[in-house]
Amino acid sequence: MGASSTHAAADLPRAAHLPDIDRYDTFPKLLRYNAEHLGDRPAMREKDLGIWQSWSWSEVKTEIYRYAAGMAALGLQRGDRVAIIGDNRPRLYWTMCMAQALGAVPVPVYQDSVAAEILFPLEHSEVRFAVVEDQEQVDKLLSIKDKLPKLETIVYDDERGVRDYTHPFLHSYEAVLEEGDAKLAAEPGFVDAEIDKGQGSDVSIIPYTSGTTGNPKGVMLSFSNVMKAAYAGAQFEGLTASDDCLAYLPMAWIGDHIFSYGQAYICGFCVACPENSDTVLTDLRELGPTYFFAPPRIFENLLTTVMIRMEDASAIKRRIFHYFIDHAQKVGVDILNGRPTPFLDRLKYRLGELLIYGPLKNVLGLTRVRVGYTAGEAIGPDIFDFYRSIGINLKQLYGSTEAAVFVTIQPDGEVYPDTVGTPAPGVEIKIAEDGEVLFRGPGVFLEYFKSPEATEKAKTPDGFVLTGDAGFIDENGHLRIIDRAKDVGKLTHGGLFAPKYIENKLKFFPNIKEAVAFGHERDYCAAFINIDLEAVGNWAERNNLSYASYQDLSSRREVYDIVKAHVEQVNRDLSKEEMVAGSQIKRFLLLPKMLDADDGELTRTSKVRRGFIADKYKPLIDALYDPAAREASISSEITFEDGRKGVLEATCLIYDAETYEGAAGAAAPKAAAE
Amino acid sequence: MNDSGAAPAAETPTAAAGTVGRPNRIGEVILKAENITMRFGGVKALSDVSFDVRRGEVRSIIGPNGAGKSSMLNVINGFYQPQEGSIWYLGKSYSPMRPYIAASNGIARTFQNIALFKGMSTLDNIMTGRILKQKATLAEQALYIGRGRSEEIEHREHVERVIDFLEIQAVRKTPVGRLPYGLQKRVELGRALAAEPTLLLLDEPMAGMNLEEKEDMSRFIIDVNEYFGTTIALIEHDMGVVMDLSDRVVVLDYGSKLADGTPDEVRNNQAVIDAYLGVAHD
Repeated sequence: MGASSTHAAADLPRAAHLPDIDRYDTFPKLLRYNAEHLGDRPAMREKDLGIWQSWSWSEVKTEIYRYAAGMAALGLQRGDRVAIIGDNRPRLYWTMCMAQALGAVPVPVYQDSVAAEILFPLEHSEVRFAVVEDQEQVDKLLSIKDKLPKLETIVYDDERGVRDYTHPFLHSYEAVLEEGDAKLAAEPGFVDAEIDKGQGSDVSIIPYTSGTTGNPKGVMLSFSNVMKAAYAGAQFEGLTASDDCLAYLPMAWIGDHIFSYGQAYICGFCVACPENSDTVLTDLRELGPTYFFAPPRIFENLLTTVMIRMEDASAIKRRIFHYFIDHAQKVGVDILNGRPTPFLDRLKYRLGELLIYGPLKNVLGLTRVRVGYTAGEAIGPDIFDFYRSIGINLKQLYGSTEAAVFVTIQPDGEVYPDTVGTPAPGVEIKIAEDGEVLFRGPGVFLEYFKSPEATEKAKTPDGFVLTGDAGFIDENGHLRIIDRAKDVGKLTHGGLFAPKYIENKLKFFPNIKEAVAFGHERDYCAAFINIDLEAVGNWAERNNLSYASYQDLSSRREVYDIVKAHVEQVNRDLSKEEMVAGSQIKRFLLLPKMLDADDGELTRTSKVRRGFIADKYKPLIDALYDPAAREASISSEITFEDGRKGVLEATCLIYDAETYEGAAGAAAPKAAAE
Repeated sequence: MNDSGAAPAAETPTAAAGTVGRPNRIGEVILKAENITMRFGGVKALSDVSFDVRRGEVRSIIGPNGAGKSSMLNVINGFYQPQEGSIWYLGKSYSPMRPYIAASNGIARTFQNIALFKGMSTLDNIMTGRILKQKATLAEQALYIGRGRSEEIEHREHVERVIDFLEIQAVRKTPVGRLPYGLQKRVELGRALAAEPTLLLLDEPMAGMNLEEKEDMSRFIIDVNEYFGTTIALIEHDMGVVMDLSDRVVVLDYGSKLADGTPDEVRNNQAVIDAYLGVAHD
């Protein structure tokens, strides 16, 4: 790479249709602006009792004012932290604005975490107030309340089941609003005066990073960080008040905060909350958002579901589907990228749009999508191209909590499946000597809350942030990410070992849900594989293979044979790439249980925690590298959804997979391993 | 009643005082089964069984297979007509009770083997629970005018509240035949709830469920009881569930009442232990 080079994008000029964020420099100020300029336009929707209910910007403003006054009456003060725990609900989004109006700092927490996991962020951020969704979250807090001496007040949204709780520190949302009315009657100008005290340089939110290693860190972002990043992103994509988005990803994830809160306030568009977490796909279809974001996992799941349903369709439908999907794969991406395509191909694509792509997009709820982002992890090129080929403008985004999301974005017309795009407006990117990616920009966080050492490690003196990802800038000026810098290793014969690269290739098969590759300082590469219960289960059903459970299905030789074919396909692909030809998978096994965040194997954002898995499944790894072993046993602790623990005992088979000679004749894995 | 040694405890109104945090929940007696005897040909399914149900309580009927539990429930809502005995309900005595009287007076039930309309959606199935509340004429309903329209909206809202309560929004429009068993049970509970019952009879609400489904269902039963104040009489085989949920328990064996009292009293009753575990002969 030579001496570190900087790649930067120029700032865009201010957009005429967006508010001046130097003047309206906090979200509560934007709330006032939107209530004044977009008064009757919908700000928030939620499906309740089967009907989409909506709130206009002026209604939202009134509600937040009452709420803020009520919370002030309960003792919420400037500088306090307020925990927010729950699914995406309008009232929880309003809690963010309410806290910011009073100068308090919201701390969103992953709602599906078990009590022991939410303890750390709550304790570390010293929250005095918590606003939670329902009884489940209240119970969770009550179970750890004695370890949180600073926590004084809990406010809940849904009173079901909580109504009879007698704890004096529990308040219902409605009761808080009533308190607010009383306070506002006495001091009508109270909330406005509080909002005026806020400044762009104040801390606006402290999201906690999911923490692939060690404890989560609280990332302090100022209003200016969040707003400038969100503004630049909105401007880049031309978002306006007439866009629509569905807020269904965890509120504690910075992406949701930027897309469903930051950009919604800046552009004034409407954010819809699903009825509950099971209805997201139905709600998506009903709503038809124009702005959509999802981690690769969701796109994978959608595609898997579509493919399974097509397997069950009649032969004629299946033929038509595959005929046009094949055509789309040939020309669809070029058409979307605006490249010249033969007239007949275009015509056939139009016909496909009428017969297949259009209806398919409609079923998926993606018909109106103008801007679709996938972020959080690398998406499989096949999956990515599938969506783009049927005309969905899906783009990759590279970001981090420390950057208030945007580091790079793929610009329209310059979308390549294997890069994450060019630097976002105002962002500078630098590649360090060792290949690590560094960035600097308006969204760069202030510091980690109460951990100056961690801040020092993550931020260079000149304001660049170390991402921990290894990557390079390619000939088109696009950033390519290889893997987590610390995960990239070497095989004993010297070949590069990039686990995520291999795992992603495996995960592109619908039958494979998750994979974990090993190989650093080993003779060859081996892998754990989680099958996809839906896909493989459907296959088993069609082939009259009966099974009792996930564990049972994972231990079938028939299933192993399918997965073996996939692994060998991956090996063939790897053999063609000089850099990674040496890391073909020689042995693999199917894990008897799904990797799960509740067991600490995945982060809450569903990233694999390698170190933890390597420790927990050590006997299995040893067996993978023991040439004599044909099977291995494991007894592992599992956590049920309600937090109880159980023990899983299982024996897995170990299969060998064929490896292939590298095309370039680079490293010969067969020779090295035998 | 030969073996009703533990019965007296049921007479004390404070019997359920052990249930914490739900004070003053249990009120007066709303239903009494009085000396019910029920024969099918030569088989005596119930012989001289008497017990009562108080407002707001969760009352369980337990017993080994063939003890007469389902028969008892069927007698209460008039589905079976016993040869002897009567049902006293909200101040009136019926001998026998008739199903339409039970239904129109606020007794709703679910069945041991799910009895839903398989081809209809969850929403429509639950809507059938509102039929007794509909006053509109056939013409009004068919043309969607007058009361037909206003009632439809009102009932739909009520049904949506039930759907929300039971967290089955995701299957609102799915035909129930396509739902897994546990969810079908929940839909059936929803239909019973849609009738806004005073007394809810649940016939083995957790039969055939896995642990997670059982926990969900227990939660819903408690919530129904607390949130709507509905009195619940249920039959259940899972002892853990019964002991956790119930305020009072009646134990039947071979058609006779064996014991009656709080879960603790029943658990320690020698006759019950013998009936469940058998008696050692040595």
